[in-house]
Amino acid sequence: MKSLQELQAIRDKMKATVNTRDNQNCNMRIVVGMATCGIAAGARPVLNKFNEEILKRDIQGVMVSQTGCIGVCQYEPIAEIYDGDKKTTYVKLTPEKVERIVAEHIIGKTPVTEFEIGEVKE
Amino acid sequence: MRELSLNILDIAQNSIVAKATLIEIEVDVDKREFITITIKDNGVGMDKETLENVTDPFFTSRKTRKIGLGVPLFKQLAEITGGIFDIKSEVGKGTTVKAVFDTTNIDYTPLGDVWDTVALLIQMNENIDFVYTVKKDGKQFVCDTRQLKEVMDGMPLTDISVVQFIKEYIKENQTEILKRSY
Repeated sequence: MKSLQELQAIRDKMKATVNTRDNQNCNMRIVVGMATCGIAAGARPVLNKFNEEILKRDIQGVMVSQTGCIGVCQYEPIAEIYDGDKKTTYVKLTPEKVERIVAEHIIGKTPVTEFEIGEVKE
Repeated sequence: MRELSLNILDIAQNSIVAKATLIEIEVDVDKREFITITIKDNGVGMDKETLENVTDPFFTSRKTRKIGLGVPLFKQLAEITGGIFDIKSEVGKGTTVKAVFDTTNIDYTPLGDVWDTVALLIQMNENIDFVYTVKKDGKQFVCDTRQLKEVMDGMPLTDISVVQFIKEYIKENQTEILKRSY
């Protein structure tokens, strides 16, 4: 069973790499809507998938955060990706869609247009 | 909501908006197959009028929309099982939401992955402390971010590898305490 000793090992590993990470700015930010509408529509597994993919692919300089209601509840789960001045809004997300967004947008720098709010079909 | 852990996440979001610095979440399973879920915060609290209307879905303190479904949904899920719902709040002191569920009722919503909820709350709210307690038959497991922060010695709990650890840590210890799936 997991114990806090294991957490100490993670801490030591982090301390060893902290100097190299200190200089890296978070130049990309993923914001997931986590109000009642988002949570009910499946925002938690979507946010978890972003975390999993970032950890699995060891992506640096990307921050995952949450926000309240984005205002278009019918399109939840929603994630906004801020890359410098550019904002991309992805709607009706699923963990499978997140996998593609991480591969093509976060890593490949090419937004997945078909999942964007402008492409959504009523 | 398909599982109560999502309602816990939703109610805790209210505590975050209420500027809480400490949020305590407790899941207590008693011998008679009842589950009591308590979410307590030390946020700004509510005045009497807000408290009286908080379970009305068409009442919200938010200015952007006129609907607030989180608390009414949680109340309904408890009451359809024959359970009870209670909310206490005091301005400047905080709010405590408590719901009791009869797990033998056909309308009972499963507890679900509370570890996912707690880990997510910790990851997204670095400046808030969380205490998660699960109790059954005199046994209990407590995950307190103040203790975790001591172990981390200045390293952030919000790092994704730490969050993954917290999730597994809670899941394994909670499963051991509950020894059956709710």
